[in-house]
Parts: sequence; C-alpha cells; structure tokens
Amino acid sequence: MTAVARIYRWELAKLLAQKRTYLGLGAAAIVPVIFVVVLLLQTGGPNDVPLGRYIRDTGLAVPFVVLFFMSIWGFPLITALVAGDIVAAEHHNGTLKTILTRSRERGEVFAGKVLAAATYTMIIVFAMGLVGVVAGSIAWGFHPLTSLSGTKVSAGHGLALLLASLAIYTLPLAGIAAFGLLLSTVTQNSAASVVGALMWALLMQLLGVLPGTESFRPYLLGTQFEAWHGFLRVPADWAPVVRAVWVCALYILLPLSAAYLVFLRRDVAGE
Amino acid sequence: MSGALPVETRGLIKRYGRIVAVDGVDLVVEPGDVYGYLGPNGAGKTTSLRMLLGLIRPTAGSARLFGRDPLVQGAKALDGVAGFVEGPRFYSYLSGRSNLQMLADYDEPDSRARIEEVLEVVELRDRAKDRVGGYSHGMRQRLGIAAALLRSPRLLLLDEPTTGLDPAGMRDMRELVRRLAEDKITIMLSSHLLYEVEELCNRVAIIRKGRIVYQGALRELMAATTTSYVIRAGDPERARTVCLTQTGVENVAVEDGVVRFSADEESVAALSIALGQARIGITALTPERASLEELFLGLTGGESSDHDRAAVAS
Ligand SMILES: Nc1ncnc2c1ncn2[C@@H]1O[C@H](COP(=O)(O)OP(=O)(O)O)[C@@H](O)[C@H]1O
Ligand SMILES: [Mg+2]
Repeated sequence: MTAVARIYRWELAKLLAQKRTYLGLGAAAIVPVIFVVVLLLQTGGPNDVPLGRYIRDTGLAVPFVVLFFMSIWGFPLITALVAGDIVAAEHHNGTLKTILTRSRERGEVFAGKVLAAATYTMIIVFAMGLVGVVAGSIAWGFHPLTSLSGTKVSAGHGLALLLASLAIYTLPLAGIAAFGLLLSTVTQNSAASVVGALMWALLMQLLGVLPGTESFRPYLLGTQFEAWHGFLRVPADWAPVVRAVWVCALYILLPLSAAYLVFLRRDVAGE
Repeated sequence: MSGALPVETRGLIKRYGRIVAVDGVDLVVEPGDVYGYLGPNGAGKTTSLRMLLGLIRPTAGSARLFGRDPLVQGAKALDGVAGFVEGPRFYSYLSGRSNLQMLADYDEPDSRARIEEVLEVVELRDRAKDRVGGYSHGMRQRLGIAAALLRSPRLLLLDEPTTGLDPAGMRDMRELVRRLAEDKITIMLSSHLLYEVEELCNRVAIIRKGRIVYQGALRELMAATTTSYVIRAGDPERARTVCLTQTGVENVAVEDGVVRFSADEESVAALSIALGQARIGITALTPERASLEELFLGLTGGESSDHDRAAVAS
C-alpha cells in the first residue's frame, strides 16, 4: 500500500468514528423514506418537478425527485458538515501536529483528507439513491420509467440511468466539499467552515434564479445539479453532462489548489 | 549525514505581530547530549521547538536537524527525530494501541512491529486497549513518549514533559528520560524548572524573552552563580562574625538560629576552612536550591524579570 493509501484508510476510520458522519449518512438515507411514506399517506404529489408526475409509477422515480429537492440545501449541508470539519477538527483537537511530525509530507496528509471527503460525498449520494429505489419499489414496485422525453425506458435501463445520474450529481457536491475543505484549512474553525460552505451553495442557487443572470447561469455550480436531466432524455443530451464535468472540475480544483497551498505552508501552532 | 549536529539553529526568529516569540536563537546540541532548554513561561521554548519540528515557519534564520532543514526538506528532515510540543495529542476515540498503529502507518508500516515494545517501555501495555479519552494526563504524556520512540529516534525533542504531572508522575518521567539517555538517544528537553534540568541535563541553553542568555554546561553556570546557603552551627552568632569577615560572602543574617548568606562556590569553600580554623563546629552547610529567577539575576545583573513576556519588536 502506498503512503497516501494508508493515510486515506485512517482518514476513513476517523470519519467512521465521528457522529457527524452518521448524522449526514443517516439524513441522506432517511429523506427518501420520509418522502415515500408521505406520498403513501397523501394524494397529489410533486407534479411540477422533473419526473414528479410519475413518482407513484415506479420506485425508480423516487431518487430522481429527491435529488431535485435535496440539491437546494439538503445535500450541500450534509456534505459541508464533514468537509468543513475535516481539517478544522484536527486543528481543534491538536492532532494535526501529531500527524505532521511523522514521516509523511503535508501534501500526502492533505491528499488523504481530500480522498476521504470525496468518498463520503459519493457515499451519501449513492446511499440516498439506493434507499430511494428500494423504498419506492416496496411502495409502488420496480417498473419501467418514463423519461423526460415522455418515452418509457425499461426498469433495468432506468437503473443504469439512475447510477449515471447519481455519479454526475456527485460532481457539484464535490465542488461544495472542496470549498468547505478550503474554509476548513484557512479558518481552522469547523462551524465557520460548515456554514460558509452552505452559504456558498445557497449563493450559487440564488444567483441561478435571480433575473439578469441568464448569461452565466450555465456556469454556476447550482446549475450542474440538473446535469443528470441530460441522461433522462431520449436520445441522451450530452451537452449539460459535458458542461457539468468541466465546470465542476474548476469548482473543485480551484479551491482545492488554494487549500493545498495553504495547508503546505500554514503554521501549526496552538489549539 | 553522520557527523552533522543533531540540532543547530542560526539566528532563529519568530515574530507574531509585534511580539517576538523567538529572537535570534543560536543553539547547538551535540550527539549524546541531554540538553536542557530552560526558561520561564512565555520565554519562547515551545515556539523554538515548533520551528525545529517544522510545524511553523521561522520569520528568519534557520533550523537544522542532523544537517537537514525542515523548511526545505519537509518530513525528510525529521528522519531519526521524534518528539512533541506542548501536551502530546491523540485521537481520544481510539485506544492507545490504535493511536500508535495509526502513527506507525504515518511513518513506515514496519514500525508497527515495535508497538508492544514501546508500550512496555512507557509502562502502558495493560491500558493500551482503552480509549485515550479516558487516560490521565500522565498516561497521555507517556503515550507521547511511546509515539516518539516508535520512530526509533536518534534525537528526541520533548517540550516540558513533566509539566502538569503529579510528583510521582514527574519522578517516573524523569526516570524514563534518564533511561532513554542511557540508550544513546540525544535528548533536548525544555523545562521551566531549574532543578529538573540540573538533575537530567549535561548542557543547557537558558532562554528569556526569546533570547538565549546562557548556553553551556550547567555546572559551570551554577558554580559562578551566587547561591544562598544555610549554616547550622553550635554558636550561630560566632559563625556569623566569621562570615562577615570573609570576602565573597554576602547578605549574612541570622534567622531562627541558622546563618544565611549568599556566595559563590569558591567563597563557600574558603568559609568552611575559616570556620574550622575558628573552631566553630557546624552540623550543616547546605546550599539552598537556586531558583531560575536567581539565576537570571546573576546572568542579567539584576534587571527585573517579568514572567509573562511583553517583549515588543522595536
Ligand atoms: N501562535 C501564536 N500566536 C501569537 N503569539 C504566540 C503564538 N505562540 C506563542 N506566542 C507568544 O510567543 C511567546 C513565546 O511563547 P512560547 O514559545 O509558547 O513560550 P514557552 O513555551 O517558553 O512558554 C509568548 O509570548 C506567546 O504568547
Ligand atoms: Mg511552552
């Protein structure tokens, strides 16, 4: 195992030892369940959101609808909760000096943290997706899905589209995680970083709905939460997907590079 | 890299805004030294050690460990070096053993094989499975030493390892340091306790307000410092009269039936002969343990010494 892989493993172990990790994971898993239960008890539904009309047709539609609702602040909050804490907590506990006086370069320690935060982000999205499909299928069965173009796709194909959608949805979330990690490194304050990253996410959403922002709307982080719509068209529309990939790459790499440089040089003193 | 000095700093400076925490420190620690870094609270000991360990960047000057600068060579400069600043910190939700396993993985994985051995050295083996969150301060301090020993260091940097321990804990910690020194590990330890450094160290640097005011063998310094002494004699008044006639014996006073005075070692030796010649029997002639403050008075010629520093950059 390489040094970074060993550090990554311990970073995961640290996350698994913290309550906030389970809080985030639990929230991601419980939301689709609540969603299904409420829709079982109520008539009517979220008709004006993508796939909302078909939510009682197949369990496959459930995670897509939840993706929409959780993009505003649910997933950003759950992501920020961990990413904003991942450096600041070590500073607060004084353990940063402990691990930085071993044989690993600061860059390696940083890489381990980035990988751990990315893993967590991916897991919360896929956990929601999995629970959503299972809960929805228990309620309404695992049936073919109506695409955004109005055509039916088989359940198996629908599942593949869901996985692709979850993957592309992880990118803008990773952008928020990267921003949280930057704040965590710079402020060394967990609460400030969590709130700051959430504010960043909300700002990106807000700019997307204000009038006059049409010209740069396609390049806002918030917009990329809708990139999966491209997969749900028949035939698939790759433009939003491709754009999400490079736009999110910028939103991920810029804060990460800044955080990396700060982490390399920063004084580690005091608690 | 053999032949390079374990520690060598040149003109080391660390500024925090207007405070100069470390102000032009030149240190040399030689192989085999048990080196005392002595100074009151706020003198700049921890800040110096942080720079040595590469945790903070010097404002100016350089720090080298076995010839390698942590600022330039990063973690590689810590090869063969281990230690901690302020209290050692661990992951409280992990056991002592798990913490060491993690730290071994942050070094080279084969150092995992040494975990039981180092736990044995610091006598923590039977508590190693418990969460560090439940450890006493003394146990964490010992785990800090264990974590350092895991690196098979040739140089140990220990920042006030006995501070905050109860008397028994302090004794155990000093005993441990002594044993490690016998194992040919070069040790640099900071302390604000003169007698601790006196007990453990062969050489010292004394730091005050960020500046080194003395560096060398502690014995020589103590010998040159006027120390307080107490004489118990059958006839204190006559003893006092003899004291008053001796050059180099000062501040003579009789209190509670004992004679007190201050003198350097040479004058005390002369005094004892004079007392004998005057046929004054004495039952005790004991030096009072000089405090760090008294040492400073000797070094700085009576300049007032404030504890919490407010040295301001000019
Ligand atoms: N991170 C910091 N920020 C600002 N001032 C600091 C910092 N660290 C230390 N100082 C100041 O530097 C001086 C030296 O502190 P320190 O090295 O901790 O002393 P010691 O370890 O000898 O007690 C003190 O005045 C302290 O307040
Ligand atoms: Mg200190």
